[in-house]
Amino acid sequence: MSSLQVSNVSVSYGSNTVVHGVSFVLEQGEIGCLLGPSGCGKTTLLRAVAGFEGVSQGAIAIDDDTVSSPRRTLPPERRAVGMVFQDFALFPHLTIADNIAFGIRELSRSVQKARVQELLELVGMSGFGTRYPHELSGGQQQRIAVARALAPRPDLLLLDEPFSSMDVELREQLAADVRAILKKEGITAILVTHDQNEAFAMADTIGVMFDGRLHQWDTGYNLYHQPATIAVADFIGQGVLIDGVVLENERVETDLVTLEGRVPKGCKPGCKVKVLVRPDDIIHDDCSPRKAIIRKREFRGASYLYTLELQTGVRLLSMVHSHHDHAVGENLGIVLEIEHLVVFPQQQAHTHASLA
Amino acid sequence: MAIPRLAIQRRGNLGLPRSFLWDGSILGIALLMAVPVLVIAAFVFEPVNDNWHHLAENLLADYVGNSLLLMLGVTAGVLSIGVTTAWLTSMCEFPGRRVLTWALLLPLAIPAYIIAYTYTGMLDFEGPVQSALRESTGWGYGDYWFPEVRSLGGAILMLSLVLYPYVYMLARAAFLEQSICVLEVSRTLGNSPTRSFFRVALPLARPAIVTGLSLALMETLADFGTVQYFGVTTFTTGIFRVWFGMGDSASAAQLSAMLLGFVFMLILLERWSRRRARFHHTSNKYSRIHRYQLQGFRKVLALVASLLPVLFGFLLPALQLLFWTFTTAEESLDAAFFVLTGNSLMLATLTALIAVLLALLLAYGKRLHATPLVEGGVRTAAMGYAVPGTVIAVGVLIPFAWLDNSIDAWMRANFGISTGLILSGTLAALVFAYTVRFLSVSIQSVESGLGKIKPSMDDAGRSLGLSPMGVLRKIHLPLMKGTVMTALLLVFVDVLKELPATLILRPFNFNTLAVRAYEMAADERLADAGAPALMIVLAGILPVIILSRAIGRSRAGGNVP
Repeated sequence: MSSLQVSNVSVSYGSNTVVHGVSFVLEQGEIGCLLGPSGCGKTTLLRAVAGFEGVSQGAIAIDDDTVSSPRRTLPPERRAVGMVFQDFALFPHLTIADNIAFGIRELSRSVQKARVQELLELVGMSGFGTRYPHELSGGQQQRIAVARALAPRPDLLLLDEPFSSMDVELREQLAADVRAILKKEGITAILVTHDQNEAFAMADTIGVMFDGRLHQWDTGYNLYHQPATIAVADFIGQGVLIDGVVLENERVETDLVTLEGRVPKGCKPGCKVKVLVRPDDIIHDDCSPRKAIIRKREFRGASYLYTLELQTGVRLLSMVHSHHDHAVGENLGIVLEIEHLVVFPQQQAHTHASLA
Repeated sequence: MAIPRLAIQRRGNLGLPRSFLWDGSILGIALLMAVPVLVIAAFVFEPVNDNWHHLAENLLADYVGNSLLLMLGVTAGVLSIGVTTAWLTSMCEFPGRRVLTWALLLPLAIPAYIIAYTYTGMLDFEGPVQSALRESTGWGYGDYWFPEVRSLGGAILMLSLVLYPYVYMLARAAFLEQSICVLEVSRTLGNSPTRSFFRVALPLARPAIVTGLSLALMETLADFGTVQYFGVTTFTTGIFRVWFGMGDSASAAQLSAMLLGFVFMLILLERWSRRRARFHHTSNKYSRIHRYQLQGFRKVLALVASLLPVLFGFLLPALQLLFWTFTTAEESLDAAFFVLTGNSLMLATLTALIAVLLALLLAYGKRLHATPLVEGGVRTAAMGYAVPGTVIAVGVLIPFAWLDNSIDAWMRANFGISTGLILSGTLAALVFAYTVRFLSVSIQSVESGLGKIKPSMDDAGRSLGLSPMGVLRKIHLPLMKGTVMTALLLVFVDVLKELPATLILRPFNFNTLAVRAYEMAADERLADAGAPALMIVLAGILPVIILSRAIGRSRAGGNVP
């Protein structure tokens, strides 16, 4: 049984299509994330799942019931979907307890009271029930917003950039806290964010979106090591693209070394390609005959991020232990150790030039 | 997030019809509210008549000159009083500061024409001041020189005394909103507190101060009661003269158009100064204000400087009114007085209800269906506050009279019945004119209240199981209650105070408190003007209390998220 099924969904405002044919499936109890830069359509997609926007194509199903199709949009109040808003949207005229009880008004008083108490304990804020929202800090308001959304036991919880207004230090702690709460309650949830660290901290599966299209729906590990498109490779982590030529037997020849691995189907021998090289693929080795000049270095605490230049003029990034303290202009011996060969056809590289 | 414009319009989803219904009703209201101004503007293109030639040759220079001098004087008056008191109460600590902070708003409760009556009573030959002077010195009539309050200078003084709170209020809010950091930066860069004030705080507050000043100047241009009583000829008295004295509506409308031109320049000035406001507030950190602890004679000076405007702008005039009311209580508090009060209350209540209903419609329309057309419509509907009551009255009466005559002629031709003056001769014209003038007051408060209900709260309500009507009932109603009450009260009091439009548009034999006070004063029966004037002032204190509470909460980081 799948908890949320988004099939080929498009969302349009008039003639302007903001989400193009997105599909993904979220299993019961799984935490998903829509990740992407501002304006990529991730929030619009989330609002379509909540029922605030209609879909112009495709369908959205919750627990196998279709809730959105181009012909019908079940209103948000009848979807049993909880939502946590970017600005929390706590009701300023109600106490914390009344805010949490807002979605369960039809239950008996005693049940309401017990549920509120239970949720306050869950988010670690027992004793705050009689306060008003403006008396709480941002982090506390955030927890209450989560508690309020969980109160009616929704089938699905949506979180719209829930940590964006928090301090950086607070963000990761809160993300971990909220994840723990959701996992404990076995709640299916989707988070929307532009911060990959937040996505990695919260989600089991992450969808990366650009310009209204879902480029990849995968685990954080695969997004980094097996990006499906150059856009994903660029957005997640760091790296450079170097030129290569496809040889026989799934091999690729580059300036550095000839690599073996999976090559995209369209790339026949002789085909020009781009190869993704991450900073952790370049290993520092003084004995290596291959030398590169250090052009720039950034201290990262445990490591240095060196920008290296080969004799051919190709630039690379290398992550090196910070014991290896070399000055700009020095030569550095390097070895290329690529575990996951990531190759993109040239044409794709042309359409997405920001990397390399 | 770069969601396209349309996406933003869809937020705040109450599920109400979004399309032409909103457009239509909002544009309809805007058009109706614009009628008086459009009528006046149309007269710019009418050929001028002989009356106008007479006006242009003999009187117009006086109107323009006096209006300009009045504006110049009031500018100096309200700026010096308003900015000084705002700085003292927001940035300095001295005894009585807390009480004075709100007491400085009290003069707002007194309409300019009423303060003019009280000072005339106090300072004229028979008044207590000159009598005391003669008694103590033994001088008689003509032995000494005493400043004449009924003069241009007097009018400037009167208007400054009751209009400075506009500058005070906005300058104070600006001083409090300024991040205290910028002042501290200025101190660390070697500027004394005084230099910091002139080099940092004042330039930062300038847009707010100019806004306050332009409000005060609009009231100055709109004033009729004071200048008329003091015999200073300005545009408003000129319009009255042409309208009632010569019965010439075309010239009155043309004079009104010139006055509108002055108002328009004020609006441009205010816009221009606000255009730069967006560069302000570079830092969002708000620390607690550490007020300068004044010592010794500075402490006394600050106290006196903040006390004088309250004393002369409110306490003395209010005492004078109380005194008159008590001395004339037996004659003036008769049955006629209660009819008068009833009339005023009825008009004010009716207008307040209509204005707030329209404001709700406009504000919700803008929230749910914010097209440029709708936004333009709401702005147009809110324009009336800048237009002097005299001008609105002329702009209402001309089309209404034409409409009455047309209806009457048509009814007589077709049914043989004369309908008479069904619009212009009744309260309909009066209520319409008030609505045009004061709609912006209600729009402003309703919009600010609605602005506090974030669109995400609507969405949160929906996702927690409320229907669109449920969102309105459970979230908007409780949150908007206070706002709506405030809007009602503000319009209510403004209507009570309004004089010139009432004078022009009231039905025959229909009197209000303001008109009664005006008539008594015009008949040199100042003491009899006391009771109705006091009623107006008492009602006027209510919005001052609301304002002072709002000002107390205005500082960011206080409460309410």
